[in-house]
Amino acid sequence: MMNVMKYKKIYLLFSGIVLLPGIISLLVFRLNLAVDFTGGSVFTYDISNVTSLESAEQTVKDAFSEQGVPINELVSSQDQIEVRTEPVSSEVNDQLLQKIKESQDSISQKSFITVGSIIGRETALKAFKALGVASLGIMLYIAYAFRNIPKPYSSLRFGVSAIIAMLHDAFLLLGMFSLLGKFHGVAVDSLFITAVLTVIGFSIHDSIVVFDRIRENLKKMPSSWGFEDVVNFSIVETLNRSFATSLTVLITLLSLFILGGESIKYFVLALLIGIISGTYSSIFTASPILVIWEEHILNKNKKS
Amino acid sequence: MFKNIYFRLGLISTLVALCLLIDLPRVPIKSDNQWLSVDSFIGGYSFSLFGGRYQFDFSKFKRGLDLNGGVRIVLQANLEDIAPEDREKAVESAVEVIERRVNLLGVSEPHISTLKVGDDYRIVVEIPGVGDVTEAISLVGETAQIKFMELKDDVEWNVENYQQYYFSPDVWQETDVTGADLKGAAVVFGSGSKAGLQDRPQIQLSFTKPGLDKFSEVAKKNVGKPVAIFLDDEVTPISMAVVDQNLAQGLVSDPVISGSFTMQEAQTLSVQIRAGALPISISVVEQQTIGATLGEESVQKSFFAGLVGMGMVLIFMIYMYRHMGVLADMALIIYTIIILAIFKIIPVVLTLPGIAGFILSVGMASDANILIFERIKEEILWGKPEAMAIKHGFERAWTSIRDSNISSLITAFILFEFGTGPVKGFALTLSLGIMVSLFTSIVVVRTLIEVFNIGDFRKVTQK
Repeated sequence: MMNVMKYKKIYLLFSGIVLLPGIISLLVFRLNLAVDFTGGSVFTYDISNVTSLESAEQTVKDAFSEQGVPINELVSSQDQIEVRTEPVSSEVNDQLLQKIKESQDSISQKSFITVGSIIGRETALKAFKALGVASLGIMLYIAYAFRNIPKPYSSLRFGVSAIIAMLHDAFLLLGMFSLLGKFHGVAVDSLFITAVLTVIGFSIHDSIVVFDRIRENLKKMPSSWGFEDVVNFSIVETLNRSFATSLTVLITLLSLFILGGESIKYFVLALLIGIISGTYSSIFTASPILVIWEEHILNKNKKS
Repeated sequence: MFKNIYFRLGLISTLVALCLLIDLPRVPIKSDNQWLSVDSFIGGYSFSLFGGRYQFDFSKFKRGLDLNGGVRIVLQANLEDIAPEDREKAVESAVEVIERRVNLLGVSEPHISTLKVGDDYRIVVEIPGVGDVTEAISLVGETAQIKFMELKDDVEWNVENYQQYYFSPDVWQETDVTGADLKGAAVVFGSGSKAGLQDRPQIQLSFTKPGLDKFSEVAKKNVGKPVAIFLDDEVTPISMAVVDQNLAQGLVSDPVISGSFTMQEAQTLSVQIRAGALPISISVVEQQTIGATLGEESVQKSFFAGLVGMGMVLIFMIYMYRHMGVLADMALIIYTIIILAIFKIIPVVLTLPGIAGFILSVGMASDANILIFERIKEEILWGKPEAMAIKHGFERAWTSIRDSNISSLITAFILFEFGTGPVKGFALTLSLGIMVSLFTSIVVVRTLIEVFNIGDFRKVTQK
């Protein structure tokens, strides 16, 4: 049989190395927050019928400076220009659009969004609350569902290991998007928060399937088997399922990513990164942590 | 009874057939020849139950703003001047006002909801298909007007032609009494001397002191004649009542509007009057205009992507699990049929994240089957006969299916509880998906295995 757990410390080291750039980016560059969180106005203009991107950009810039609305950020792509400013009213938007239309009629407005800064802060706070409550709820549920595992193993340690793996996935995702925000202008909006929370759900889902098998095998295996052997055996047994499930989810996500609408592209990308990380972490993060922790406790008990 | 596979199969088939009927858009059936003449349709039904209390419209899926285009406005209610215990009522009234105003626009399916954040009340107004946010804001933001009208001096009152007065706006003229003179309106029960009015719900108006004096004047002038209450610029009054003889002496207590109201009607009316009388000031805190083209393009693309993704999952399952995979695929198709019907029944407002949640749940729906089938493979590997392996596969995979799905549901519920608009939609479709998929991937697949008697499975179940 494969000895997956033999390299458990290497997996944790690998996870650390992968996580590091994202974490550093999170600390240095933070996240590129969308108006959902910061408050502000976003103007999106359709320029698919425009002959030159530069002239369209110039028209938009001129209109904003004439109206005395300072631009915080201007992102343009093939068919749209996105302008972000401090929060302004819809009358200002109407005036701006009129100015733009006067000089270049082929530009039209796709959308206009204004979020007050109070609402923005609330949304961010809510998201963090949701993350906290979800972690706590799931940890308690695992501690409850695994309460019957034989002594001296503790169901709480199962719960905490699953949560650590989950945080691994969440921070990998946050780090990646911090980097994407810095170098690609990708903004983190409430859809992204949805993606993070979904990944959390999937990550736990996956860890539980592996832990469930450990729970079953702990009761079944002869006592001569060490904890690491049982965990290793359980992982090998559930390996097929882990890959099959991840593949089905990845297939649907990939088709969404390649063929789906532009507006959910980064949402789907976040899910893709998260699902891959979630599958990896249930085998190579949650289980090694559990093994190291449980064996540490066993050794301590032996000594005393 | 549930042990009988044909009973279960019948039940599942009936369910699927019903859901299919709900899923279908309206398809006309027309035939006009000498043998058969039909002019009918199938699917896209709409009906209401219990006298309109429950409305069902299965003609189309409800689409969110991001798919339809439109305007979304979030209003903050300024309630400093209103006593904390009256705030909820005041907001409720404001929503009524806004609803009536939006309905004046004649757009289909505006969506108005309230949101309580801490001590703040917010009103979220979503109007599909309207592009002009400025117009929408001015429409929603105005304060409501309630007017007390009397008959014009040159109009004769004839009680026989009650209806006629009701429907002719030009026989009325304004009085001095306005919404500003009202303190409120509440539903009370008749205790009056009049026969037949006892215990009937009535609406009690309460006036301010100057308002009461003004109203008394109007009442005195119009004894035996009607006084009507108009809201905004609507052409028919919300209430029209003939002034009672007793009122001629002037008002001693607050006047009531009586009539053959049901409790429900009386409550609605009192809310409407309050809505006019109690305009709270509101300010815009968030606004969005979403172009319709953006939506249409995204929906079609994402829908197509979903179909492709699902098709690939179907192929993958057959590749991995052969004949069992075929059964799982049937379950997956049944899953889709049921979940789409549920979307129409509730109805779930479909948004892009909602569709993404649904597509993700298709992936997760396969997980339960993968867990079961992998377990069956293992059990066969350990030397069990196929029938026993299938039985144990279902039994032993259950704990992991249960625990993993409960934890997913916990996340989904928390998302729903803490999330805002799009997050809620995603959480709802995801949790519905998880629950339905548990049914299809376990109950349906197991029944199908029995029906096709795979691995002589009936040998172990019929014992």
